[in-house]
Amino acid sequence: MTIDSAGASVADRVRAVVAAHRDDRGALLPILHDIQAEFGYIDQAVVPVLAEELNMSRADVHGVITFYSDFRSEPAGAATVRLCRAEACQSVGAERLVADAEQVFGVKLGQTTPDRSVTLQQVFCLGNCALGPAAEINGRPFGRVDRSRLIEILASRETGGAP
Amino acid sequence: MITVYVPRDSAARSVGADEVAVAIAREAALTGTEIRLVRNGSRGMLWLEPLVEVATDRGRIGYGPVSPDAVADLVAAGLFDGADHALCQGPVDDLQWMRDQQRLCFARVGVTDPLSTEDYEANGGLRGLRRAVGLDPADVVAEVTESGLRGRGGAGFPAGIKWKTVAETEGELKFVCCNADEGDSGTFADRMLMEGDPFCLIEGMTIAAHAVGATEGYIYLRSEYPDAVATMRRAIELAYERGWLGDRILGSDLRFDLHVRVGAGAYICGEETSMLESLEGKRGMVRSKPPIPAITGLFGKPTVVNNVLTLASVPAILSDGGSAYAELGVDRSRGTQVFQLAGNIARGGVFETAFGIPLGTLVNDYGGGTRSGRPVRAVQVGGPLGAYVPAEQLDLPTDYEAFAAAEAMLGHGGIVVFDDTVDMAAMARFAMEFCAEESCGKCTPCRVGAVRGVEVIDKITGGQDTEGNLALLNDLCELMTDGSLCAMGGLTPNPVRSALAHFPDDFTANRREAR
Repeated sequence: MTIDSAGASVADRVRAVVAAHRDDRGALLPILHDIQAEFGYIDQAVVPVLAEELNMSRADVHGVITFYSDFRSEPAGAATVRLCRAEACQSVGAERLVADAEQVFGVKLGQTTPDRSVTLQQVFCLGNCALGPAAEINGRPFGRVDRSRLIEILASRETGGAP
Repeated sequence: MITVYVPRDSAARSVGADEVAVAIAREAALTGTEIRLVRNGSRGMLWLEPLVEVATDRGRIGYGPVSPDAVADLVAAGLFDGADHALCQGPVDDLQWMRDQQRLCFARVGVTDPLSTEDYEANGGLRGLRRAVGLDPADVVAEVTESGLRGRGGAGFPAGIKWKTVAETEGELKFVCCNADEGDSGTFADRMLMEGDPFCLIEGMTIAAHAVGATEGYIYLRSEYPDAVATMRRAIELAYERGWLGDRILGSDLRFDLHVRVGAGAYICGEETSMLESLEGKRGMVRSKPPIPAITGLFGKPTVVNNVLTLASVPAILSDGGSAYAELGVDRSRGTQVFQLAGNIARGGVFETAFGIPLGTLVNDYGGGTRSGRPVRAVQVGGPLGAYVPAEQLDLPTDYEAFAAAEAMLGHGGIVVFDDTVDMAAMARFAMEFCAEESCGKCTPCRVGAVRGVEVIDKITGGQDTEGNLALLNDLCELMTDGSLCAMGGLTPNPVRSALAHFPDDFTANRREAR
């Protein structure tokens, strides 16, 4: 098994996450969230470890991971930009914003830029439906986003400003 | 000391509330003014966010929308004294938007510090639970039944009947689950309540636990709402510290443990049986009903599943009585509805009022029409699975039955406005695309039908055998409505068919151009 820089094997770190949820009912989702928080994504290699720890089949674990769009199979870019494409945001130009973002970053929805600076994703509703188009960048909410504001927000990130 | 309020609500944060709060603290320090900065919930007037309020002897004076750059000027003009300014809205409670509402669910949202237990109690919190724990559980259920409260998640099922079923089902272990997977576009009231008054939801769930004999509860909260997750988790910690959760709640024999579970980006988990599967750590695949969750729910145990606003309505019903609640509203739509004005709207936000108010009054009078200033063309009510209502039908009164009679769905009261630039064939196509993306895949009409729906609409708009494909689309919609396992596939035809019925020209524009 792989040993990471901290010295603990991936399997040990996975087991530690599982142990922290030992008393939770039906804990697979919280465990997967924690594993993604720990490693940045959910590697194929954790599936057999989870299956053994939770007494589930590998297929079942794999099935749960792939059902939910939050769980990534590879690391995200430095900034994860999520653009809302639901109806309320569409009514104020979300589709245009998506096209703009794809042009600005040179990637399609669901992809990461080659320099790994930005992962562009779609999301259906961030609950900010009166101040659309809505976006979420590394967990922070942004409202009334257009092409120029999106560029501005990402530029200020790079220079160390907010967010 | 002067109290200044800057909302912590994520909608307010999305337009700069955090930076405004920082700027206000900085200016206060610079001018040597001692202030108490409270990060409240949002008042729900989202077009005014960030809305800064200052407590004065004339009440709370509002300023909005305040940008971080405007703060220095505002403070110089006398913000801390509630002085006049171009951004000054006057006393917030006197604004027509606030005055014309009947806020039961949202009574404290925007008013209090969401994480202050003192604020909560000082503003009527815990009165419902205190009364409930002194009552026989059956009497609590009776009170909720009498109130006429119906499920706010969209389906409108009477809450009292659901509770009665759980209460009367034998079981050592029962659950109360709050469906906080508010995935529908145009809805954000659940989020605002959880971020703005989390103890209200905790109190409502605890009352439900007492009523049905449950000892364990889960709030299934979507991952798209990180602020709500953090606020709810903190509120639960505080509630345990105060003895509002855990053993011997408020000194009674009631025991109730409450957990937050975070979703993982699956719209279908807002469907109650799919949510239960997800809570069990499985794929969010819809279950066949029967058995109903009230009898065979989470881990097979009797389970109350209610929406956030349903449970948050319960404390007021218990404190003021079910009959007082039932006096509000019309016919079989009792109490208040939390309307959410969204999309292309000049004044968007939350407006809680008794059922029955005409749709157009909300959209045009309170909402101020479109944000773009163009004419309203269509309004989608009740989320992505709700029908599109054309501008000509805006006189429709907002009650469950009137909407059903007009082949529309009031649902959870989310209202998304579109101006005259909207392409309704594209919106119909999107409804199918969304269903294809989010279908759990268990039943064929939804899983395959949605994909076929996109293809057929593309053929229609492409001018390919339009008549034949329109007939096919109609067939497909019928099949999805009748043959799907849950509302996802079953209601996706709503937006499609309403778009076809009211805006047929949008589907055939290409054909005309081709001629």
